[in-house]
Amino acid sequence: MPSVSMTVNGKQVGGEVESRTLLVEFLRNQLGLTGTHVGCDTSQCGCCVVHVDGRSVKACTMLAVQAAGSQVTTIEGLARNGQLHPVQAAFREHHGLQCGFCTPGMIMSAVDLLQHNANPTEAEVREWLEGNLCRCTGYHNIVKAIMAAAADMSGHAKAAE
Amino acid sequence: MAEHGIGARVPRVEDQRFITGKGRYTDDINQAGQTYAVFVRSPHAHARIRGVDKSSVASMPGVLAVLDGDDVKADGLGNLICGWLVKSKDGSPMKMGPHPLLAQGKVRYVGDRVAVVVAETYAQAKDAAEALVVDYEELPAVVDLAGAHGAAALVHDEVADNLIFDWELGDKAAVDAAFAAAHHVTRMELVNNRLIPNAMEPRAAIGVYDSGTDAFTCYLTSQNPHVHRLVMAAFIGVAPEHKLRVVGPDVGGGFGSKIFIYGEECVVCWASRKIGGRPVKWTAERSESFLSDAHGRDHISTAELALDKDGNFLAMRVNTKANLGAYMSTFSSCVPTYLYATLLAGQYRTPAIYCDVQAYYTNTAPVDAYRGAGRPEASFLIETLVDQAAMELGIDPADIRRRNFIPRDAFPYQTPVALIYDTGDYQATLEEALKLADYAGFPARRAEAQRRGKLRGIGLSCYIEACGIAPSAVVGSLGAGVGLWESAKVRFSHTGKVQVLTGTHSHGQGHETTFAQLIADKLGVPFGDIEVIHGDTEKTPVGMGTYGSRSLAVGGEAIMKACDKIIAKGKKIAAHLLEAAEGDIEFKDGKFTVAGTDKSKALGEVVFAAYVPHNYPPDLEPGMEEGAFFDPPNFTFPAGTYVCEVEVEPATGEVDIVRFTAVDDFGNVINPMIVEGQVHGGLVQGIGQALLEGARYDDSGQLLTGSYMDYCMPRADNVPSFAVVTSAGTACTSNSMGVKGCGEAGAIGAPGAVINAITNAIGRRVEMPATPEKVWRAIHSNVAVAAE
Amino acid sequence: MYDFAYHKPASLADAVKLLADHEDAKLMAGGQTYIPTLKQRLARPSDVIDLGAIAELRGITEEAGGVTIGAMTRHGEVAESAVVRRVIPALAALAELIGDPQVRNLGTLGGSISNNDPAADYPGALLGLGATVRTSKRQIPADQFFTGMFETALERDEIVKAVHFPRPEKAAYAKFPNPASRYSMVGVFVAKTGGGVRVAVTGAGQSGAYRWTAAEQALAGNWSPAAIDGLTVDPSGLNSDIHASADYRAHLVKVMAKRALAAAG
Repeated sequence: MPSVSMTVNGKQVGGEVESRTLLVEFLRNQLGLTGTHVGCDTSQCGCCVVHVDGRSVKACTMLAVQAAGSQVTTIEGLARNGQLHPVQAAFREHHGLQCGFCTPGMIMSAVDLLQHNANPTEAEVREWLEGNLCRCTGYHNIVKAIMAAAADMSGHAKAAE
Repeated sequence: MAEHGIGARVPRVEDQRFITGKGRYTDDINQAGQTYAVFVRSPHAHARIRGVDKSSVASMPGVLAVLDGDDVKADGLGNLICGWLVKSKDGSPMKMGPHPLLAQGKVRYVGDRVAVVVAETYAQAKDAAEALVVDYEELPAVVDLAGAHGAAALVHDEVADNLIFDWELGDKAAVDAAFAAAHHVTRMELVNNRLIPNAMEPRAAIGVYDSGTDAFTCYLTSQNPHVHRLVMAAFIGVAPEHKLRVVGPDVGGGFGSKIFIYGEECVVCWASRKIGGRPVKWTAERSESFLSDAHGRDHISTAELALDKDGNFLAMRVNTKANLGAYMSTFSSCVPTYLYATLLAGQYRTPAIYCDVQAYYTNTAPVDAYRGAGRPEASFLIETLVDQAAMELGIDPADIRRRNFIPRDAFPYQTPVALIYDTGDYQATLEEALKLADYAGFPARRAEAQRRGKLRGIGLSCYIEACGIAPSAVVGSLGAGVGLWESAKVRFSHTGKVQVLTGTHSHGQGHETTFAQLIADKLGVPFGDIEVIHGDTEKTPVGMGTYGSRSLAVGGEAIMKACDKIIAKGKKIAAHLLEAAEGDIEFKDGKFTVAGTDKSKALGEVVFAAYVPHNYPPDLEPGMEEGAFFDPPNFTFPAGTYVCEVEVEPATGEVDIVRFTAVDDFGNVINPMIVEGQVHGGLVQGIGQALLEGARYDDSGQLLTGSYMDYCMPRADNVPSFAVVTSAGTACTSNSMGVKGCGEAGAIGAPGAVINAITNAIGRRVEMPATPEKVWRAIHSNVAVAAE
Repeated sequence: MYDFAYHKPASLADAVKLLADHEDAKLMAGGQTYIPTLKQRLARPSDVIDLGAIAELRGITEEAGGVTIGAMTRHGEVAESAVVRRVIPALAALAELIGDPQVRNLGTLGGSISNNDPAADYPGALLGLGATVRTSKRQIPADQFFTGMFETALERDEIVKAVHFPRPEKAAYAKFPNPASRYSMVGVFVAKTGGGVRVAVTGAGQSGAYRWTAAEQALAGNWSPAAIDGLTVDPSGLNSDIHASADYRAHLVKVMAKRALAAAG
């Protein structure tokens, strides 16, 4: 069996996997990082979105062996030193989640959006979320939360200048 | 308003775990020695099983067990049940075929469970399930309502003509007489499209048998763990009820689909015992969810409205054919009957209404309650029919509604279809919605859109629903096999912290926050000192779960009643400590006070005295823990007006929702932020039904919409942000909080508003889902008609 | 998914050799179509050769007035490339419409065209721009590359290295997505090039992307949406499914072509 090693949430991890093991299976089953969810089998729902080398990807559509040597961040690694990421905080503040199942993928996707586009319009947020399905919120408060996080983060960025 | 009291927009306490990846859903739970189950499902819509060759896989790597319908039968397990008996017009009980845990003799839909393979790893179970050889003899299939009646094929041999029941409600003679004398009759045929629920978390279950105690634990995606326990014990025979613990941990959405007792959860428990007690885990792949979760809706109706020359409704007559799929799911029978026809009065004072419903078996997935369950079908039918009548009579859609509303001073109001509405002010919600939507400014917006080449339309939907399910005696008299009360326990600790145990189940609704707000408000306990516990039959009192927008109106009221008992007991203790008469003690803001004095004891002091009863009333039990049950006296009746505005691109038929306004009367509101969120989500499910979603089977019964590649889920860019008002309340009279429930409203009211808006834009009605091609064809046919 | 042996060669030569050595081996580029295919057990390769580590297959360069894009360049990289946006903005815009952001972060040009899904977007761009596919063996003009649904001119042991896109005078892509999958239900790429007008249609045809020659002729002397007003599209040979009939697709081909022409200016 191939062995893989990668950095997950800042920690060096490794293990033996089958070639066919998906990144999401490695994260959930071998590392116990169950915050990354599986909501479909056709790479559309986005419940499994994580960051690999800084960009959002669907962990159900990447083999664990493909991610060897990469830097992986999951929802569990987003908060730093007990401090929520502004996107996480905004989701709570603006009720951007209900059942919570799509939420980790939604947040990881949103964080990537704001890396690309610090001040997206509502339409840009909605388009970006094409790969993230939510059945509870009607997206209204997710969009609101992401817009608020963008404002918050750019405010901080300005303050730091 | 207190920071965490009633009416406060309190951020949810449950969110911390969900936004940090610490939620604990069924598939996140792993047990020592866990094994994996994969179900072998029928590839045919209808076939006889000639044989299952278990030997073909028994020796494959890791395989621990291969079980099929014969094993189920040999072990004496019972069949799945339908818990609501509906009677036909002639008084005969509905006709049902058996619904086994694993197919016996025949398979009846693509996805029907044939066998289960249990193996050491998921991949091994999957490999073996794929390799299992099943010999089928294909049979002709009944794939839709059109084909069910008079079909040569019978889904169940014992159910003639595939007709489960032929049911009616209302005074047919009075309705027929009103139609005979009517000035105008509006008639339409309409389809309520079949939907697939698609909670983002697929169903899952883990069965664990402990031979030491001869007891089972089942973790599963359930909206009602106690109902699961009851049915799995009393009807399936998995274990006696006291030997079965059912845990619904964090559940990733339900929308009805996780109410029902399915075969999979029963099988994993049974299989765990068969393999000697190792835990057996099953998690559905999304493709499996599409095939095997109970679907929703799927009606074909003929609706007629009789009117006088002024546009007053005189009578309504409806015939509905309902597709219930291959087996009767848990509550399937009540959806197209008591949750549907009883709502056909809508918000109107139509004096006579008659509805009859024929329910059919087909070789498709079982159909049961999906968000709204019967009420969306009723609301859509009424609201499109009313719009059609307005169009035919040349009356403004808002005017025809105003003319026919039940007036605000007519409550309580007995409808001709059994329900008694307690409160409402339909004109008020309509007027507020019209104002917010700038209904008056619409003609100018339409003209402006026309200059851009777009067809703009506006549509109204004035929905009503019956929620707070349900008064037990009423539903019992109508055939329900259970009571629909709810229970709660409020438990103080020595230090004044509170655990609230509820029989409802939260899977997105935010009970942990809303219920804590209720207690904080009622008992004056700090919000942060309250913990709401649900979802585990070993922890919580007996309960009936969450569906039908019942959790607050019924479960919340049980909490209120338990709090009343806490206060009553506290008064006794306070009276003793304050050396006053019990009747002189008042409770307010967390303090017991001797009326007219400044002598008081804080609730915390009273609680402490109850646990350290050194100075205590001699005849009083120590402790501060009270339970209560609540059985509501009536349903609740949330209602509101939705206004949808669309722009249609005539070249392609694309529909863009440019504005959507929702004004709801939910009675009093505990947490407006959560309630608005419930509306948003419901609206998008309703918009999804109207524009995007529709389950389709082909002529052989194969599901064509079996993945997100083909089943069109609403995405963020399909919908706008919404204008939502939830403060237009008339307090409900069936509970002390005055609440009505908000979980289903959006899905009930939205489809009618969207379709009416499209009709308004293009001049003719399009069946749901109004896909671009259908809309384009409708526009195109209009052009052709105009050119003639 | 069935298990397989996994290889991640560091050079194109190594990849070619692995392909030659393993009869049932399959190449994997970004995996955004291939992994879902494996998950559904629709393919059972003995070996999977991951092209992700081959540096020579990546990158975007300006060349001979056009752009050359390495086969393993991600859709997102094309969409965001300053070079592509400057030289052929229509191509960057098309890449932005493929899949969703996460798919664009992994999916590749080479993978997309080698798979030749009839509902994919890139084949429309290659045909519309008259691109040239550079492989481990040769150069193939786009007109000869796509040979049918999920079929290409690639030989079994041939790997796409890059695609060269000449710069058009004007170009645009208009897409009507399948509402569920968001693949192209009808996509039309129009380009006015030194060599003439090219109109490519993807998503609609049963055999994959094709050129709409009648429109090319109509536009040759009159580059404007009105030039195709008189044309009708024959629905025979177009896809018909639960999302759109062939008639509707035929109608959309014309509507999308006009949108693209309007956008191209």
